[in-house]
Amino acid sequence: MAATRLEVSNLSAGYGPTRIVSNLTFEVAEGGRLAILGRNGVGKTTLLASLMGLSTHHDGTISVGGMNMTGLKASARARAGIGYVPQTRDVFRSLTVEENLVTGLKGRTTEALEEAYALFPRLAERRKHFGTQLSGGEQQMLSLARTLMGKPSLLLLDEPLEGLAPVICDQLMLTIAKLAESGEMTIVLVEQQIERALDFAESVMVIERGRSVWAGECGELRSDRKIVERLLGVGLH
Amino acid sequence: MSDRLAMEDRRSSRLPFPAELGALVAMALAGLLGYLVFPDDLAFLTRLIGIVFLVLSLDLVTGYCGIATLGQSAIFGVAAYAVGNACLAGLVDPVALLGVGMVAGAVMGLASGVLVAKFQGLPQLVLSIAVGQLVAAMANKLSSVTGGSDGLAGISPGPVLGIFNFDLYGRTGYVFSLVVLVIVFVILLRFVRSPFGLLCRAIKDDSLRARMIGARVYPRLILMYGISGAVAGIGGALTAINTGVVGLDSVSFERSAETLVMLVIGGAGTLWGALIGSVVFQIFEHYVSAANPFHWMTILGLMLIVVVLFAPRGLVPLAVSVVDRIAPRLGGKS
Repeated sequence: MAATRLEVSNLSAGYGPTRIVSNLTFEVAEGGRLAILGRNGVGKTTLLASLMGLSTHHDGTISVGGMNMTGLKASARARAGIGYVPQTRDVFRSLTVEENLVTGLKGRTTEALEEAYALFPRLAERRKHFGTQLSGGEQQMLSLARTLMGKPSLLLLDEPLEGLAPVICDQLMLTIAKLAESGEMTIVLVEQQIERALDFAESVMVIERGRSVWAGECGELRSDRKIVERLLGVGLH
Repeated sequence: MSDRLAMEDRRSSRLPFPAELGALVAMALAGLLGYLVFPDDLAFLTRLIGIVFLVLSLDLVTGYCGIATLGQSAIFGVAAYAVGNACLAGLVDPVALLGVGMVAGAVMGLASGVLVAKFQGLPQLVLSIAVGQLVAAMANKLSSVTGGSDGLAGISPGPVLGIFNFDLYGRTGYVFSLVVLVIVFVILLRFVRSPFGLLCRAIKDDSLRARMIGARVYPRLILMYGISGAVAGIGGALTAINTGVVGLDSVSFERSAETLVMLVIGGAGTLWGALIGSVVFQIFEHYVSAANPFHWMTILGLMLIVVVLFAPRGLVPLAVSVVDRIAPRLGGKS
């Protein structure tokens, strides 16, 4: 599946009647890389969940590759090309690594498995291990690899580096960068490690209290340290 | 990497489907052993096989999909009544009757699935009981179709493949049932490892995550219910064919509850668990009830408590974990 354009217009969403994000409007071009930054609890995860159809939609539209996703369920959005790697690193615990990867796939699985193992050699070594027997980093790799098995055109990554050792973070970001360079998918990354997120992305959107308060090129944000400190509460090296 | 995968594929291709072949040989040997050791109890062993299908069918929905149900015997019973009526109407070929049971079971399974799989937890359990009770009440009332409390009698199937007549000693019935069981079991072993089977296990693990990878959860559960119904239907058909009578006990709540107990003893979520649990339970029940007709229920209850206390995941997972612990030590010594 080729990378698709993501267009979000006046999106408001939350859980039940509670609005967490309000009036968000942004676009990511085909093959583009957007980082969504913000302090804890500002609605970054809710935004990704609403793109995936996992939260309550209040208002606005979400379009992927020109197709309106607004009323679709999560499973339909996944089939339409949205891949979501949640913060919780969900893997199917009673299945082995290999079973996790091939679950629900149609047709021949060998080629798809080879691709996944080429991207994550560690998973090939652990192919017979159950989800519960994996380290945090391995679970994150498996969660990402499983999502990639669906050949998404739009990949949503929710804090993929959370709780991982720096060396694993490096490996994972290298893999994600490789995916981005392939041009086969558009990537939206939510991440607390701001330096890494800015190194990876082309454009960035900063969220505060569920609203977009800054959007632009990564270089622009880097060069304005005052904005970074005010909006994100951190300094950049 | 691809070389390694290709090498492993080649290695496994030397012996296609090793797990299934192993199962086939093991079950054929166990069946032969049963035939030789219990020549006077073949009727019991044949009934036992019928119930094994019911437990396997329950495992497909409960063990593999996480659906709580206490109404599985309704599917078994409906299939048995369908086969009984088909036979009384003149369809006497045992293989065709198996087909009737399978289809009736699948239809009943799909109908149950549409209702039961819509919900989760306690409402699901209550709905499954309600479906079972509804079928039991109808079986009691519709005596023109079911024979009511007298049961549907006079079921007399023709020879298997036009050659082997059902004999008084139950040899034909036993071998026929065993062959069907081995075939179905081997097919199910493949089925639960297929992407569809894995998806069902994934749904049981985390249905939200399954949705996020594009799975249509509800239709998958209904489909699994239908497949499970077909398996239960085969059991119902074999029971009707071999005993020649279908009674209200086929659709009773007690049978559903017993089936769940057998599955828990063997281990839910593994076909071997369903098979071994049902065999162990029924043999235990058969011999203990004969040895002590007054207190066998007490002994059975004690056995259940012991199993649940010491092997909460069932006998088969317990055996697997024991082997996993012992095997490396033995390997180290050699």
